[in-house]
Amino acid sequence: MSNLFSVILLQATLQAMTPILLASLAGVLCARVGVFNMALEGQMLVGAFFAVVGSYYGGSALAGVAAALVAVLVFTLPLALGTTWLRGDNISICIALNLLASGLTSFLLRIVFGVSGTFSDPAILPIVKLRWLWLRNIPVAGILTWAQTPITFLSWALIGVVWFLLFRTPIGLRLRGVGERPDAAQALGVDVSRYRIVTVLGSSLLLGLAGAQLSLGTVSVFSEDMTAGRGWIALVAVMLARSDPLWAAAACLLFGFTDAIGLRLQSIGLPNQLTDITPYVITLIVIVLNSGRSSIRLRMR
Amino acid sequence: MAAALEVRGIVKRYGALVANAGVDLVVERGEIHGIMGENGAGKSTLMNILYGVTQPDAGEIRLGGALVRLRSPLDAIRNGLGMVHQAFRLFDSLSVWENIVFGREPVRGWVVDGRTARAAVAELAERFSLSVNVDARVGDLSVGVRQRVEILKALYREARILILDEPTAVLTPREADALADVMRALVADGRSILFVTHKLREVLDVTDRITVMRHGAVSARLETARTSEQEVVRAMVGRAVSLDIQRPDVATGDVVLEVDHLSVKMEHGHSAVSDAGLTVHAGEIVGIAGVAGNGQSELIEAIAGLRRHAGGTIRLRGTEIGGLSVGARRRLGVAYIPEDRATVGTAGRASASENLILGFQRRREFQRWGHLLHERVLGWAQRLIVRYDVRIRDAQTPVDTLSGGNLQKVVVARELEHQAALIIAEQPTRGVDIGAIEFIHRKLLEERARGRAILLVSAELSEILALSDRILVIYEGRIVANLPSREASEERIGSLLAGGSGDAPPVEAGPLRAPSPAPSLSDAKLRDP
Repeated sequence: MSNLFSVILLQATLQAMTPILLASLAGVLCARVGVFNMALEGQMLVGAFFAVVGSYYGGSALAGVAAALVAVLVFTLPLALGTTWLRGDNISICIALNLLASGLTSFLLRIVFGVSGTFSDPAILPIVKLRWLWLRNIPVAGILTWAQTPITFLSWALIGVVWFLLFRTPIGLRLRGVGERPDAAQALGVDVSRYRIVTVLGSSLLLGLAGAQLSLGTVSVFSEDMTAGRGWIALVAVMLARSDPLWAAAACLLFGFTDAIGLRLQSIGLPNQLTDITPYVITLIVIVLNSGRSSIRLRMR
Repeated sequence: MAAALEVRGIVKRYGALVANAGVDLVVERGEIHGIMGENGAGKSTLMNILYGVTQPDAGEIRLGGALVRLRSPLDAIRNGLGMVHQAFRLFDSLSVWENIVFGREPVRGWVVDGRTARAAVAELAERFSLSVNVDARVGDLSVGVRQRVEILKALYREARILILDEPTAVLTPREADALADVMRALVADGRSILFVTHKLREVLDVTDRITVMRHGAVSARLETARTSEQEVVRAMVGRAVSLDIQRPDVATGDVVLEVDHLSVKMEHGHSAVSDAGLTVHAGEIVGIAGVAGNGQSELIEAIAGLRRHAGGTIRLRGTEIGGLSVGARRRLGVAYIPEDRATVGTAGRASASENLILGFQRRREFQRWGHLLHERVLGWAQRLIVRYDVRIRDAQTPVDTLSGGNLQKVVVARELEHQAALIIAEQPTRGVDIGAIEFIHRKLLEERARGRAILLVSAELSEILALSDRILVIYEGRIVANLPSREASEERIGSLLAGGSGDAPPVEAGPLRAPSPAPSLSDAKLRDP
């Protein structure tokens, strides 16, 4: 029984981790190129909504994912162009985008589906879960990979892809340089704005995936503000990891675990309001512990 | 054969200000060409034009005889120009080789070819004896090594003409010597160097020819071998300047500042200042000599109130001020000219008039019911701008547009007009031009004659020797000597600075250490005129 309990817990952890992981990888890329992306939450919410729209009207989960990708890409344009060509303030733009995402999806929920709160319908086709029988017999891997969506597998692969991109390719080198000293990068002929625009837009695709996973991955449903702080948690993971994709993934694993354990605790009778705070409490603890070795110190001078 | 660089009739105006008024400049292949001039003489504008940062209003630039238009730094780089700025443009988190190949990375497939890149960088470094560890993180390197990385960056991009903007301002003397060797190696290879500097001795030591600028125009073209310090200075300033200071006798008065057993601890618990004692009398300049990092900054900050002290007393005219805030100390009569004029001394985006009342804004003459009396503030600022000869458009111009020397005059004006009993002057002339140095020195001596007590800290030993009535030497946080200036000589202080005994037993000295073999610190800070 306890064995089963832990297996289910692990599976739940991995499921909960996927959207956070995708968002934090996007956050890592943006942070590396010098755009502090606080709009992850809003981007993911837009992705979740349009995944449901695409799946409902397109008649397939794939259509849902495609709709999510396109929608988030468009939604991210103000951030990509606003922080570069238009020289807007990054933080204001992100706050506006988050507010817009929340209001827009609630509004469209009413306009498109005529409901408020939550929309679920058998016509929303979920993303298939892969059940690979050949992996079934390998002890740990079999259990962990059982019944996960392709997006989850992709998200794991993306940890490596993002790391490779950042630390092995010329693009990654320039991207990091642009984030650290835009003036120096510009002086060496690297187009800072172009790198930022491409990175912010490219990373927005990860949020499209994250949103689709959220609304089509485990349940086929969209409810208002269903991201429930996952984008912010992902941002915390970026900061804890100091924009390192591997550490960010580790932080996401931790947050996925706290999410899963919250659900477990509910099943033994703790009120969900209490268990919902678990990831935030852990986040706070980690931040406080982390700040002890942080390089930022208040000094008199 | 055409000159490496030939500039004709460059004009650049900024509004009413003419930064370059028809500048001509010729730099030959294989030559180190010095560019001298006071702050605001138009050197920076000219260099920015050569590097494509700004576009001239008129004039032409030829490289190896071919007319070029440099629309951006990238254009300049493509045309074989390289520039090493005073403030480095390096990525601290990246390695040396990554910094150098950035934007022009050798690749193998999708991947940056680190092996080829390292080899290319190492080969360049070897060739011009610019020793660097190619795998070190730039953030961990000393200033001197970072500068080598900047030079390598330019060389990797095949720069034939290298612009070095005040390269030695940030270097230790040994690093400066090494740089001079590198420069010679570069010109021996057929490249050319434009060497922008304030330091007379350096320009006379390393250059082949010198172009001197003044008020946006060329005031002299000199062959280094056939010129003299005096000739260069006259061309720069437009008159003969005497930096030999007449220090008239002034009767010293009562003790103004009395510091006893002062100690200052750093964040990590180690002592920056231990058991320091000093007194400054009215009408006296007391100079603190020390190699940077020996506790003089911390000592001054403790007296000014910017840093908490761990023990000891600080008395101003008999009143203990050690526990008071900066504001309270200032009201009691402490004026402070800080080392860092741009971040501590002034508020960059605020206007000159705002900066000139900073700290006195609550005085009755400047405010009523908590709002500033604009007319009075402006009037006050305009008087100071005239009296201190600050070259600024008007009193409402933000001070971050000012050159170093003019900004320093703003700080000096405000602090001296404070009428404080004690003036703390920390590196008051660092990085300012000769004219401003002379001016600030004269002002400090005037204040001394008025019976103010002045505590002077300087890394320039010549400045300490010229101005001080008494000289304290600080070494590893302890005051190891206290000499009347007539007993002080460069040699003796130089030895003390390095932890030596100064030949004669120092007065009031703390425990002395065995003479350490710290190399040539005595000539360390004596390079300036």
